[in-house]
Order: sequence, then structure tokens, then C-alpha cells
Amino acid sequence: MKKNYSLKPIPYNLTIKDLRVSVDNKEIVKGVNLTVKPGEIHAIMGPNGSGKSSLAMALMGHPTYKLKVNNEKSKIILDGKDISDLPPHERAKKGLFLAFQYPVTVAGVSVQNFLRQAHQAVNGKSPQSILEFRQSLTHTAKELGIKPELLSRSLNDGFSGGEKKRLEILQLLTLRPKFAILDETDSGLDIDAVKVVAKGIKTVAQKFNTGIVIITHYQRILRFIKPDHVHIMVNGQIIKSGDFQLAHQIEQTGYKNFLKAKSYEL
Amino acid sequence: MSRFAPIPPPAVNIKGFDQNYLAGFAKPIDDYVFKSQPGLSETVVEAISHYKTEPPWMRQFRKTALKIFATKPTPTWGGDLSAIDYDRISYYLRPTDRQEQRWQDVPKDIKDTFERLGIPQAERKVLAGVKAQYDSEVVYGSIKKNLAQKGVIFLGMDEGLRKHPDLVKHYFGKLIPPADNKFAALNSAVWSGGSFVYVPKGVEVKLPLQAYFRINAPNAGQFERTLIIADEGSKVHYVEGCTAPAYSSQSLHSAVVEIFIKKGARVQYTTVQNWYKTVYNLVTKRAWVEEEGEMIWTDFNMGSRLTMKYPSFLLAGKGARGETLSMALAGAGQHQDAGSKAIHLASHTTSTIISKSISKGGGRTSYRGLVSVSPTAKDVKSKVVCDALILDSKSRSDTYPTNRILNSDVTLEHEATVSKVGEEQLFYLMSRGLTEAEASKMIVSGFVAPLIKKLPLEYAVEMNRLIDLEMEGSVG
Repeated sequence: MKKNYSLKPIPYNLTIKDLRVSVDNKEIVKGVNLTVKPGEIHAIMGPNGSGKSSLAMALMGHPTYKLKVNNEKSKIILDGKDISDLPPHERAKKGLFLAFQYPVTVAGVSVQNFLRQAHQAVNGKSPQSILEFRQSLTHTAKELGIKPELLSRSLNDGFSGGEKKRLEILQLLTLRPKFAILDETDSGLDIDAVKVVAKGIKTVAQKFNTGIVIITHYQRILRFIKPDHVHIMVNGQIIKSGDFQLAHQIEQTGYKNFLKAKSYEL
Repeated sequence: MSRFAPIPPPAVNIKGFDQNYLAGFAKPIDDYVFKSQPGLSETVVEAISHYKTEPPWMRQFRKTALKIFATKPTPTWGGDLSAIDYDRISYYLRPTDRQEQRWQDVPKDIKDTFERLGIPQAERKVLAGVKAQYDSEVVYGSIKKNLAQKGVIFLGMDEGLRKHPDLVKHYFGKLIPPADNKFAALNSAVWSGGSFVYVPKGVEVKLPLQAYFRINAPNAGQFERTLIIADEGSKVHYVEGCTAPAYSSQSLHSAVVEIFIKKGARVQYTTVQNWYKTVYNLVTKRAWVEEEGEMIWTDFNMGSRLTMKYPSFLLAGKGARGETLSMALAGAGQHQDAGSKAIHLASHTTSTIISKSISKGGGRTSYRGLVSVSPTAKDVKSKVVCDALILDSKSRSDTYPTNRILNSDVTLEHEATVSKVGEEQLFYLMSRGLTEAEASKMIVSGFVAPLIKKLPLEYAVEMNRLIDLEMEGSVG
């Protein structure tokens, strides 16, 4: 007898369901819902302390940012699988990436060796030789305005703020994840660097169909990226979602109106 | 304990031995030519001297040293030595009567052991000469012909005493006399094996000379004695490696190494110490450096239950240089009390001490160091850097530096850092797909990389492998 296969499409999305995150028993993220499709660019904007970075850390699995455990509904779903309990490296292997607001220094480990090991960890053994890998890495680095000699230096050791942020984007372009969260990647960059970084992000979305969540305080980078969706996060919740126009509105009036609206609601 | 993931059940280790210690196999042999009864006495000392048919001065040297050992109290300023039971240790184990020059002539059990440790293979590839010591005696020795023709001497210490009695008598025990410390006295009383190296004027030994030390019997003591003389303008790199089977009972290793560096000569002495975790490793190492000479200690301590070792150099001639690169890794039940001593006796001398230590799983590392500058030594430069990496909250690291500077014409730098492998570092690397163990390994190998780079390639590879093994299963 012929089996009746379900024709339901496989949900290749990143879905965040009623996500609640607490740090030291204090709830910071208070029920966020978001669905990111492959190739989409989302921007989450919000004032300082609104819980944006906590959301990013929790998505990648930082142990300090605890998901509310006995909340059945609170889930992070990637490609139809609940990844809420997985350690960070398992999430990375499933295709999740986080560009850090404050990239960490590891002395004695060169950028290129680190990236090759990370590439193998995420994508399995590569048919590329070390030389080929380095050549393509150098090529990508040049496009991002990263000096080739930086690649043989220790990871983020003595790098300027701008160099660190560009390196995060180099990692994004090298690891080619399914979904990437970029936490304040634009902060501390001059306008030229913002342009380069924006170009890198667009490339990843277009060429590799990576779904992207840009977390930012300012809308400056969004001028160069034009996200498909913009979300305003205040006090641990997404209080308004819209298209690119919403970012414009923030530029004109700031977060004041949203904060006010929120406080009236309360 | 990991916070990044549900904790997997620990790997069951039935024997209670460290499965990652690859050198832990035992090939017990019961046909020792001579094995002294456990315990230390004048009879044992006499027996050793008798078997070696030593000259009377050496016999007397031993007997005097034994008396000094008995009168000196056990030092209490360093690691815990209270569990050493001197009466249970066998002080002299003579596995064979002769040293061979061809591996094929070495008794089979012994040869098998060294083959499993990769010694003959390494000799063929990268070494200028090899000594292999099994318990108390050197069982194999070789040196490349061209070096022998240039007058380079590389012998077992016993053989050196027989063949070059005057040279040995002139230097032996002059830099580290028996009364130096309790364990130097013990070594002086019961020493056996070790190397005797003489490099003639202007001769450069390009490939390393290697000695390999293996304690094979349980409850054994190994007390090798090494004397290196580098004549004017010569150069040599001496490497020693040490392992022991994974016995649960304690063993004692107490060596003495004396090095004399003449004008303009250079000696590098590298130790890869990987004793099993029940071995007490109490070693005295000292170099005398004359005008424009240079001494480099590369001292890597991975194994042993307790190591107390502070390789030192006396910079006795103008412009002499000394450098110590010390690396220590202490895991569960281990204490690495290591460091260095830089003694500036002459002007325009420079010293550098770089120490990197890693403690994990409840292990303890201590840096203990001395920089001493005599009143007449002018224009002296000294730099001490000690970095400690602590992998978890159970582990411990301490720094005990001493500076004794007796004049004002001195540039002294001292830097010390203690870092914990932070959650942030692990999280960053894990977010790129590395497991927690891989991330820790990467952080540790990056931490020691500046020291590993100073080793010849083959040893660097071996060190990285040992560190990787040591890091396996250290998380979870």
C-alpha cells in the first residue's frame, strides 16, 4: 500500500517562541516572538537596556542567560528542531551564528588557524587544502578591508574596535551559517567601515541565503542594508514590527514615543 | 564542571589509572642483575660503588653525602614531602651489566619498552646521539661518528667516570655539592646513570643529544647524575625525556645536573618531564656560565605527583646570559612547584625567566624564583615574566618571587599575570562550533605557544601532543 506522505513544507526557519530570558533570576527578555526565513534580514532596534543583547546571548546558548525552564511555550526552533537545550557548539553546527558585540581575545591562537578549525567543526572536513583555505580567507579579508597580516596574529589580540568587528563579519562570510545574529556589529565603526560591514552582511544574505537578525541601537547601518523587517524592542518585548519605514521613524523621533506609549499602556 | 551542556556521565576508568597517559604500560622484569633491598643504608651505598668498581674518592664522596642526607631536615617551604617513605624505596636496580651500542643487543624486554616509547625511531631521524636509561643504569648509548671524531664525548656518567677520571673528578659535585640540599645529598650518595658530555673548543653539535629516562620497577628510585662541559665557543643542545609505568605506588626521582659553560659557549638543556602521577620529582639543576657564554633551560613539566625544580644559572663572566623557559601543567593530584634562579655574579650579564603554568582539575602550580645580583655586578639586566592559567575553581596557582639586588646599576622587570579561562572565552569559541574540550585545548595551546616555539620542531610536535592528551577529558 502506498504511504501517504505529508506535504507540509519543511520549516527551514529560525523561530523564536515566547522567549523569556533571565539573568540572576531577573527576567530581562519577557516573551519575544520572531520568525526569520532564509535570506531575510530583520533588524531589532531599541534603547539601551531593552534586552536586545540578552536575547542574542540566549539564542546562542550563553549559560548566564537562562531560558525560563518550566515554560512549555518558550522555545528556539531551528529547521523544525528545538535547540533550546543544546550547548553553543551544537547550535553552531546546526547553522546558528552570533557576531559578538565584544569579541573575545585568545592569545597565541592565530585568526587563520582558529577559523580553519571552526570551519571544520561547523562544516565537517573540507576538501580544501590549508593553502586554498588561506587563500580564499585572504581574499575575503581584503574585501572587508582587513589587512592580511591580521590573519596570522592572535585572535583579537590588540585589534582595534573596528578590526574586531570586521573580523566578526569575516567569520560570518567564512562559516556561512543558516542564521546569524549580529549584536551591535555597527557600534564603534566609522562610516566607511559601516559600509564595508553592511556590504558583507548583504552578501551573506543574498549569496548564501542566510537569515539575518541585526541588533542595533542606531539605524545608521540600516541605511546601507534596508532590512525586510524592523522590530522595536523595549523593556524585554517587541512592541512594534514593521518594514524599513519604521527605522526611518525612529531616526526622526527617537525611541521617546515608543517609551511613552509603553508607559501609558502600563 | 561544564555549564554549557547537560553533563555526560564520566568515562569509567576501571583500573583507576589515567587512560590518557600513553607511557603508562609496564613490562616488569624480574631478572635484575642486582636489586638492592628497600631502604637506604651505608651497605646500599657500598654495594652501588662496588658494582661500579669506582675509585676510592667517589666511594668516599658517596658516604659523606649519605651522612649529610641523614642530618638535613626535609624542606617544608615547598611541596608536601611528608608522604615519601624512604624505607620502601629501592635505591639501586641494575637491569643489565653493560651498555650496548646497537639497539639489537639491548635485552628484549628493555628494547621493547624503548621502542614503544619511540626512542630508536627518533634517533634515526633527528638526533646526534642517544642515551637510554632503564631504572638505575644506562642500557644503550650511541653518538654520530663525525661528532666522536671531533672529540665530542657523550657517555653514561658511570662510563665517563671510568674513561675520563680526571676530567670528572675536576668538575663533579663542584657546582652542586652534596650539602646543597637534602635531595642533592641523596643523589650524591646513591647516584647511578645519567650523562657525561664534553664538547671541545669551537665544536658545534648541530642536532640534539638526547637522554631518555625510564623508571620501570615499582617503588623504585632513579638518581641519575649529569655533567655537561661546553668548552670555549662550543654549542650543544641536550634533551631529556622521562616516563614511568602507571604504578599506584610511589617512586622517587632525584637527579643532579651540573653544567659548565666556558667563554663564548652555549648550552640549551631541554626537559620533557612526563613521569607518571605517583612519582616524586625532586631535582637540582645548575649551570656555571663564563664570559659571553649562554645557558638556556627549557623545562617542561607535565607529569609527577610533586615536582620541585628550579634550574638555575650563575652568570660568572662578563656578558654572560641566562634564560629559563619554564612550563608546568598540573592536573588532579599534582603539584608543580617550578621556577628558576638567576644569579648575577659579573657585570653586563642578562637573564630572562619566562614561566607559564596551567592548573586544572584541582591541580596546583607554583612559580618560585630568585633573581640575585651581587654588589660588584654592574649593568645587569633581568626580566621575569610569570603567567598562570587556571582552568577551574578547584585549581590553584601561586607565585613566590624573590629579588636580592645588592647594587643600584640594575634593570629589573617583573611581570606576573594570573588568568582564568573565562566563560566568555569558552563561549566565544563554542559559538564557532568547537566543543568545550576543544575550546579549552585551543586556549591552553595558545597560552603555551610562545614557549613551544622555542623547541626544535619534533619536540614542539611532541609537546603539543602531550598537552592535547592531558587536556582530553579534562572537561565534563
